[in-house]
Amino acid sequence: MSLLELENITASYGHAQALHGVSLSLPAGGAVGILGANGAGKTTTLRAISGMVKTTGRILFEGKDISGLSPDRVARLGIAHVPEGRGSLPQLSVRDNLLVGAYQRRDRKQIAEDIEYCLDLFPNLRERIKSNAAALSGGEQQMLAVARAVMAKPRVMLLDEASLGLAPSTSRRVYEAILRLRREAQLSMIVVEQNAVLAFSVVDHATVLETGKVALTGDKAELMGMDAVRRAYLGG
Amino acid sequence: MQYFIQVVVDGVATGAIYGALALAIVLVNRATGLINFAQGAMAVMSTFVAFGLIRAGVPLLLAAVVAIVFAFALGAFLERVVVRRFEGGDPDSAVVVTIGLLVLLGGISALFFGYEPQPFPSFFPLGTINIFGVFVSLRSVGTIVILLVAMVLLQVLFRSTKLGLAMRAVADNPRSSALSGLPVSRLLMVGWGLAAALGAIAGLLVAPQLFISPGMLDFALVYALAAAILGGLDSPVGAVVSAAFIGVVEGLAGAYIDFIGDDLKIAVPFAVMIFILVLRPQGLFGRKVVVRV
Repeated sequence: MSLLELENITASYGHAQALHGVSLSLPAGGAVGILGANGAGKTTTLRAISGMVKTTGRILFEGKDISGLSPDRVARLGIAHVPEGRGSLPQLSVRDNLLVGAYQRRDRKQIAEDIEYCLDLFPNLRERIKSNAAALSGGEQQMLAVARAVMAKPRVMLLDEASLGLAPSTSRRVYEAILRLRREAQLSMIVVEQNAVLAFSVVDHATVLETGKVALTGDKAELMGMDAVRRAYLGG
Repeated sequence: MQYFIQVVVDGVATGAIYGALALAIVLVNRATGLINFAQGAMAVMSTFVAFGLIRAGVPLLLAAVVAIVFAFALGAFLERVVVRRFEGGDPDSAVVVTIGLLVLLGGISALFFGYEPQPFPSFFPLGTINIFGVFVSLRSVGTIVILLVAMVLLQVLFRSTKLGLAMRAVADNPRSSALSGLPVSRLLMVGWGLAAALGAIAGLLVAPQLFISPGMLDFALVYALAAAILGGLDSPVGAVVSAAFIGVVEGLAGAYIDFIGDDLKIAVPFAVMIFILVLRPQGLFGRKVVVRV
């Protein structure tokens, strides 16, 4: 059974409809990529799951319909969303950002261990643990956003353009950490990326969106073999 | 020397009242990023609740506790029903809404209790205590002690509790906080409720001295805003220290500078404040807001 299942989702911002019947399935322990150009509806798909936009259709998490829930309730169910643009808490220290991530947890000892795990995953953050998030570089803020999501101990992580605006070497480091998370923390993921090379370093399946509709879907090897996908997303 | 110390202690006590209100303003600002101009009117309304109960024969302390609980509920209610609609939008509209609330709540208080100032019983016995040869009124000492306790509790709340951390997170970025599962709307209500309860304490402490009327805290609100801004808007300690400073400067200027006297003394703290803000725009205790672009 799928851990997370989107059935025929539509979503709109005011009068502008951004998704026209998107369906998608994330198996437990799996990682699915969403590829597509700007404005294809990638971010909106993640927002729909998190309850940040109004939707129609069904969103099933562990078999239960979660559509229409508020973002904080979706988060408490175990779906951690790392939003586009990182969304850190700029005036809070790195440590406080991580503790906010663990807000719904009661297991103090384990929280301390998980903070250590995150600092091990992103050593840059260890040096900046007392700094305000606003003082971090773009790459460090992205690492902090991922780490904050990890602190919630989610079942599913939604990653939105984690490479946006980062130097290639920084993007690679972020994605190496994400791959490690997938292996070590048994996290299921939906990864939105414009950079398909990075996405394919983590995911097994992918869906290509075009103007709010599913254009293609398939496993990694299949998609990477298609000329159209190679031309559009893998640089030839 | 004796006179000087008395003026200073009385100044600190007056400042303590501004300080309690300033703490409430800081609390709302930290929880919601807004400045609540209705903070004084909410405090007066809550004090009137105690006043009505006392008139009906309820003991003073019990009436005060009920008023503080009422204030918490009033704050949470106003946030949920009125202010919520303007949060996250244009801050200017939200400010105008709180000014509207100021007028509305003052009017409601007047509707039930009239505009005439009326006597309110004191929590402290009349009389003085001798501290190192200086006679200080029990009222001043009591007011200062209660405010210091409130300040320490708030500092502990923000710095060392999970609730405080969550409130700081929501004030910083509510959308992002929700993605970590923080119950944003409930936290905002708690923030407003706590602030209103604190305001009620200020109202209860000052009512015996000023006599209770709907406009009782109008002046105090201006000073409290000054203290909050001078302190840096996000620092409870800064708000209290600045409020005490304003109280003392006002008292000393009135007592020692002849041409200032009682009429001009209210201008002195503001002159000092403008001078300090020119040198330190983030206030005495405020942290510079760092933004990376």
